[in-house]
Amino acid sequence: MPNYTLNINGKQRSVSADADTPLLWVLRDELDLVGTKFGCGIAQCGACTVHIDGVATRSCQTQVSILSDAKITTIEGLSEDGSHPVQEAWKEIDVPQCGYCQSGQIMTASAFLAENKNPSEEEIREAMHGNICRCASYNRIEKAVKVAAKKMA
Amino acid sequence: MKTKINTNLNRRNFLKTSLLASGGMLIGVNFLAACTSETKMPVDIANLNFNDFNAFIKISDEGYVTIYSPNPEIGQGVKTSMPMIIAEELDVEWDKVNVVQGKLDTKYYTRQVAGGSQSIRQGWDALRTTGASAKQMLINAAALKWGVDATNCTASKGVITNTNGDKLTYGDVVKEAAVLEVPEDVKLKDPKEYSIIGNDAVNVDIDKIITGKPLFGLDYKAEGMVYVSVLRPPSFGKKLKSFDASKAKQVNGVIDVVQFGEKLKAIESQASGFTRITDKIAVIATSTWAAMKGKKALIVEWENESKLESTEFHNKELDAILNSTKFNTRREDGNIKNAFAKADKVIERTYESPFLPHNTMEPMNFYADVKPDKIHLVGPTQTPAWAQGMIAAAYKMKPEQIHIEMTRMGGGFGRRLYNDFLLEAAEVSSIIQKPVKVVFSREDDMAAGTYRPAIKYRIKAGLKDGNVTAYHLKEAAMNGNMYGLIPNFFPAGCIPNYKVDTGNYKSNITTGAWRAPYTNFLAFAEQSFFSELAEELGKDHPTLILELLQNVKNTTDKRIEYSGQRMEDTIKLVTEKSNWGKTGDGVYQGFAAYYSHNTHVAEVADIVLKDGYPIIKKVTVAVDCGIVVNPTGAINQVQGGVIDGIGHAMYSDFSFNEGKPDYENFNKYRLIRMQETPKVEVHFVENDKSPTGLGEPGLPPAGGAIANAIHKALGKRLYKQPFVNDLKKSAVLG
Ligand code: FES
Ligand code: FES
Repeated sequence: MPNYTLNINGKQRSVSADADTPLLWVLRDELDLVGTKFGCGIAQCGACTVHIDGVATRSCQTQVSILSDAKITTIEGLSEDGSHPVQEAWKEIDVPQCGYCQSGQIMTASAFLAENKNPSEEEIREAMHGNICRCASYNRIEKAVKVAAKKMA
Repeated sequence: MKTKINTNLNRRNFLKTSLLASGGMLIGVNFLAACTSETKMPVDIANLNFNDFNAFIKISDEGYVTIYSPNPEIGQGVKTSMPMIIAEELDVEWDKVNVVQGKLDTKYYTRQVAGGSQSIRQGWDALRTTGASAKQMLINAAALKWGVDATNCTASKGVITNTNGDKLTYGDVVKEAAVLEVPEDVKLKDPKEYSIIGNDAVNVDIDKIITGKPLFGLDYKAEGMVYVSVLRPPSFGKKLKSFDASKAKQVNGVIDVVQFGEKLKAIESQASGFTRITDKIAVIATSTWAAMKGKKALIVEWENESKLESTEFHNKELDAILNSTKFNTRREDGNIKNAFAKADKVIERTYESPFLPHNTMEPMNFYADVKPDKIHLVGPTQTPAWAQGMIAAAYKMKPEQIHIEMTRMGGGFGRRLYNDFLLEAAEVSSIIQKPVKVVFSREDDMAAGTYRPAIKYRIKAGLKDGNVTAYHLKEAAMNGNMYGLIPNFFPAGCIPNYKVDTGNYKSNITTGAWRAPYTNFLAFAEQSFFSELAEELGKDHPTLILELLQNVKNTTDKRIEYSGQRMEDTIKLVTEKSNWGKTGDGVYQGFAAYYSHNTHVAEVADIVLKDGYPIIKKVTVAVDCGIVVNPTGAINQVQGGVIDGIGHAMYSDFSFNEGKPDYENFNKYRLIRMQETPKVEVHFVENDKSPTGLGEPGLPPAGGAIANAIHKALGKRLYKQPFVNDLKKSAVLG
């Protein structure tokens, strides 16, 4: 299997994996970064969302072989201690139910808010539309994104 | 109001205490079976034994409280709300309480099932008594130290005070308290005194969730563990004929390919609701991805074993049942035949719904390490006790040789009641003699489901002199039928001539419980039907229900499950809070009220039209769940239930072609998403009644409320879920 050096959460990590292996499984199985979740494997649910060069990206459909120059951030690297404004908002609003989808929701929201400092309700709903929450905690996700936007302003 | 203990709990037998070797007091609780005098309390936290106790509470020398509870968390918040109840009666500050998921091997812990919104209801008395007993022991210990009578001492927020003004903290007296007798009689707080119950407590796992720490079954890893992807028959009715694994074995990372299924078949009689008890193929690899890739490279031949059923066939069978006279009568009052004959008008409608997969966000998975003398299992299951029994039978071991650890669950909704994934993991581990983790892909998860059965209801009502005089509900379902209580839900007792009949077709498609079993669809059918009856009678829908409820208020019929008064209270609250009937132009409202899982709920949906399309703007909900233990968690549950109910009623379709599901993943199977969700506003009926569950009861009325609102907006009645299909046909929804 070929070797790849990846820049993940500011650290160089080296892995050996087949070229077609999705980043998701490299993170979870090889690097023990299990905060990034598996939900569908076909870029439909958003559970596996990470930032690649700051852009929210579905890691289940991103092959490890194309990432050598990329800066990858996972939920574990969003902040050292849960102090990113989006994480703080998530806690304040007590968003999670089962919690499984939430790291993906947080990664989508944080990339969105980095680009859009003062989003309207419609923009928030559109930005978060790609992330499924099977427990349907959508009302609180929406509210937490609003709260996070205020914190980041 | 119940402030005195009136449970049959014998406090001497249900609580035991010990002094921990490392310092601090340990309390063991067994809610369900009395401990014998031989039951030993551990003196070491590493050896908590959940065979004899359901939960342990440690009070440290510093007064910190740790609650070790094996109760599974599936997203209903019980891991937060149950400790809140103990902490309230123990009288400690909530921020000094830590909750730890206990390891579990617990043959007595029958309430180790997270489902049916029962956890809170069943634990209420026991949890309060536990906290209050521990508090009394601490007070008694302080009184002894001071040489005063315990009745002259009080405790609050972890501090004991006597009438002389002396103070001791819980930590100061844990050593002495640990060796005292467990008090026989303790007084529980009046709900007015509560300082933890009724206040918001954030999810106890919040920090781990938002930072992505390992929590869920899928996150679990152990030394030497390999990954397994299982190939199951693609269609219900097919079985394995032969396979060629040579290509699969060439995939990088694939270690082995094995056929299995003997152990599954051996315990088949205990495994109702388990999908595909048949031979399967396991691809074992060094990573999840390699196992999944190896599976795709298998070349397999299947053969027919039983009928290959299609949705068309199911519909025909269900219709045949509805048109037949072969029913089980679940309840019968008066004489419907006479009443229909005398009615001014008879109305009959048929409602239908498809099979539904659960689609928990975290796909099924389980870790197993099967050794000759012990079995270690880790993962998300809603029924560890059942799993332990089956594993013990299959591997001829004693329950104590089987250790099950429960992880947090990425959703349950009923799917994790059935332990097929756990049995698969165990069997593969026993064959290859390695610790394994079986991981379902989404496609596996959707195709190897324990589906909500496809159901049709036919409801007929007789109207006379402006009243509903007869009601006959027929249910035709795949496999299971509604359980015994439901025929005693509303409108039982409200209508003098009443009958509920059920019939079913035995399908080879596995079916089982799905969030709010049976009522999840029945409530829509019933409340849509009552909306039509109200229209026919020229009455307002809530007014008609309120009128009917008067007939059940003073009932002496012990079978009636719901309370006329409590249902009336929720209806009045929801009509007030939603501005029912007063919203003005452009807002169309639909109503539904329903009782299920011991909780009364009423909902009003507000719909607006945008370019002719119905948009669900808002749902107002009134809930009577007794005392609300943790409001923030409770609101989250109700909002989730309502949106889940709307999503499945509106969008989620499922069908079979020759035994094979037509839907495999979220590209085709539709779950509700952010832009389709309304704001859900939740109001609780205030009372001092024992708390009831909230994981499910918000869901059933949601479908009815939106169907009735869509009717107001578009003049169109909906009879079939998901609504999106009919709405598309009439070109009102893209
Ligand atoms: S797992 Fe990647 S989008 Fe669902
Ligand atoms: S909180 Fe359970 S899937 Fe979102």
